[in-house]
Amino acid sequence: MDVVLWGVLPYLAVVILVTGTIWRYRYDRFGWTTRSSQLYESRLLRIGSPLFHFGILIVIIGHIGGLVVPKSWTEALGVNEDLYHFNALFFGTIAGIATLAGLAILIYRRRTTGPVFMATTTNDKAMYVLLVGALVLGLWTTLVAVGAGHDAHDYRETVSPWFRSLFVLQPDVDAMAAAPIQFHLHVLVALLLFTVWPFTRLVHAFTAPLHYLFRPYIVYRSRDLPAGTGARAPRPGWSPVGTRDRTK
Amino acid sequence: MRVMAQMGMVMNLDKCIGCHTCSVTCKQAWTNRAGTEYVWFNNVETRPGLGYPRRHEDQEKWRGGWTVDGRGRLRLRAGGRLKKLLTIFSSPVQPEIKDYYEPWTYDYATLVDAPLGDDFPVARPKSLITGEDTKVTWSANWDDNLGGGPEHAPFDPIVERLRAESNEKIKFEFEQTFMFYLPRICEHCLNPSCMASCPSGAIYKRSEDGIVLVDQDRCRGWRQCITGCPYKKIYFNHKSGKAEKCTFCYPRIEVGLPTVCSETCVGRLRYLGLFLYDADAVTAAASVPEQELYEAQMDLLLDPNDPEVLREARAQGIPEDWLDAAQRSPVYALAKKYRVALPLHPEYRTMPMVWYVPPLSPVVDLLTEQGHDAESTATLFGAIEALRIPIEYLAELFTAGDTEVVDGVLRKLAAMRAYLRDITLGRDPDDSIPASVGMSGEELYEMYRLMAIAKYEERYVIPKAHVEQAHDLEEMGCSLDYDEGPGMYDSGPLGEASGRPAPVAVETFHALRQRQTSDEATTEESLRGRVNLLNWDGNGRPDGLFPKRRS
Ligand code: HEM
Ligand code: SF4
Ligand code: SF4
Repeated sequence: MDVVLWGVLPYLAVVILVTGTIWRYRYDRFGWTTRSSQLYESRLLRIGSPLFHFGILIVIIGHIGGLVVPKSWTEALGVNEDLYHFNALFFGTIAGIATLAGLAILIYRRRTTGPVFMATTTNDKAMYVLLVGALVLGLWTTLVAVGAGHDAHDYRETVSPWFRSLFVLQPDVDAMAAAPIQFHLHVLVALLLFTVWPFTRLVHAFTAPLHYLFRPYIVYRSRDLPAGTGARAPRPGWSPVGTRDRTK
Repeated sequence: MRVMAQMGMVMNLDKCIGCHTCSVTCKQAWTNRAGTEYVWFNNVETRPGLGYPRRHEDQEKWRGGWTVDGRGRLRLRAGGRLKKLLTIFSSPVQPEIKDYYEPWTYDYATLVDAPLGDDFPVARPKSLITGEDTKVTWSANWDDNLGGGPEHAPFDPIVERLRAESNEKIKFEFEQTFMFYLPRICEHCLNPSCMASCPSGAIYKRSEDGIVLVDQDRCRGWRQCITGCPYKKIYFNHKSGKAEKCTFCYPRIEVGLPTVCSETCVGRLRYLGLFLYDADAVTAAASVPEQELYEAQMDLLLDPNDPEVLREARAQGIPEDWLDAAQRSPVYALAKKYRVALPLHPEYRTMPMVWYVPPLSPVVDLLTEQGHDAESTATLFGAIEALRIPIEYLAELFTAGDTEVVDGVLRKLAAMRAYLRDITLGRDPDDSIPASVGMSGEELYEMYRLMAIAKYEERYVIPKAHVEQAHDLEEMGCSLDYDEGPGMYDSGPLGEASGRPAPVAVETFHALRQRQTSDEATTEESLRGRVNLLNWDGNGRPDGLFPKRRS
């Protein structure tokens, strides 16, 4: 059982996440959008959306810090257990609560603003259930840890090694199995969320437009772009006439 | 110098009768789809008036276009790249549907189904956004013909500015006011701020003809372009979650046909043709002080008869037939040769490429009303001088407030009237008239020919796109060429409007053939359950035209 949950499931999720994203990018670029609802309602969105997004970005950075950086490294830097824990819990709780509050505002807005509710698909609803689930469970692990004070379970000795071991294809199933139930649930829901990710509106996060900082303001594009640089490759049956060395 | 070609349009406002045919035919062609109910790529505004979306010219509020900073560098008014990314999660200044208007249809079924009674049945308005009953309180041209004048028109941002600047009050009482119509489409700017605002880089300018398009496959719905465009000519398709805009009817332009709005204009007031411009000089031209913008924009337009320009253009690979078209271009003639067409709001610094011949009619109307001879230069010139308010208003629209330029244009139009009257009546033409506006008699006559009686081929000089590129043109994955293949817009498993787009050419072909050859009425299926008076072909009574009968 443990092997299935912590040895097989994570790889399954990653495979679906990656192939799903590639498939979606190739098949459905037109559907790849934030599906912004600001046209319908702006007031609540302007509070909820930044709160949620900045929150979740900090949460993501925190996860990377906690899961990827081994304990020995931070200790070598002179960050002791207490300091680390205090920071993690303090910022984790704040970011988690901000994210949840933002999401609560967004969901309230979705439910109560007529046009926004009309534009909410079943897909959205399922995504929200998983997103809220992962967030609430994650916050629960944090709050349990806050409550337990010094006796808190140190996930950096169970979850983190397991997480890193996944990347070297030697999943440390026992380490993860030793973590308490709230971590198990949180990870399972998160894995589920990653599995459906490519098929929801969440794909927008993968195309975060950071290249905007570097591209020129004015974009010229020719009508006769060589194949491949256009958004779409030429259709079958439209290949240009000529020998290979003469056509582009 | 990097010579590029640009399709441009000129509209002669004196001829616009405000019939909205252009708007309706454009809507039929391009935005007759779920998600774009409120979208008018072409709209006709009565000025003075609020416009569509309401008060879109108030850039203090909407923050569209460019400004120059203290060091004279061009900046997006809504903020730089970093600021845009930091505020991307909710756009600070995006118009909401209420700033446009809430689109609606009517519950026509009650007219037919209502039980016999004493009361006349009423078709209630239904919102196309919520599907609920609604109250119609605004539309894309609610203040048409100054409707509700004293109530709305004073809130025209230009009227407000004039009042603040000159303390003059534009009167909206019926006998004392003036008005004219202003058809607006995307300006296909040389320095588009919509494009500069797009984080994804999905908006692009075609290097062959300068048409500005949104790549629907690259747009991710960050909706920054809507804020970026000062003319508010980028719209958000609330079904597909992507930005859409006027396409300059590129599939028609490519085969040498005029845009739908031009083709269907009853006043024949639109001209289409090529400009040659220097792409390397655009940013510098857009950065000059406000009062010099008009001249800077004129300097960008290159003389298509200048041998050096031609040499440079050939070096850039612009084909011969395009250069020939540029030489015959009616828009170049009106904008630069005769200098009677002006850009709309040059102060937005986007270098717009849809130009307007300002209307002389407010002046003429007033003179005629007062019993003067509205065709003599003396009275016309005098009136142009005396009628400060309309002139200042036009200057705010077309020259960033510089009345001298508008004055000059109106004088040319007045001179043309007077000069041609003599010719028409068989009198000796008075050569002092063209001289008074710095033109020769022949020039003025040529201008008259172009403005008054030019035929189809002279008004629309559109070189065809080159067939060598035909297969790329067919489907280059740009713009709006996706709409409604069968099943589009249904809520697919990946959200609304997911799946492969049907190419526009194929889609149009099938739709047209189906319409022209089918013996049956449109069905609910073919209309995807949404029938309104725009997508119904008038044939039969498809399901969905009326709501289901209550049994
Ligand atoms: C850094 C990259 C990201 C950017 C630039 C971004 C941007 C956006 C934008 C522009 C919207 C549309 C808001 C609107 O106008 O309606 C949106 C919506 C949304 N985003 Fe993101 N996002 C990012 C990352 C994420 C991540 C990592 C998640 C979740 C884990 C997420 C979850 C959501 C959700 C749930 C919505 C829908 C909000 C609603 O309308 O109810 N986003 N995002
Ligand atoms: S007018 Fe057209 S090209 Fe210019 S900024 Fe607006 S949408 Fe872009
Ligand atoms: S050029 Fe075409 S798309 Fe643009 S406003 Fe005119 S008819 Fe509409």
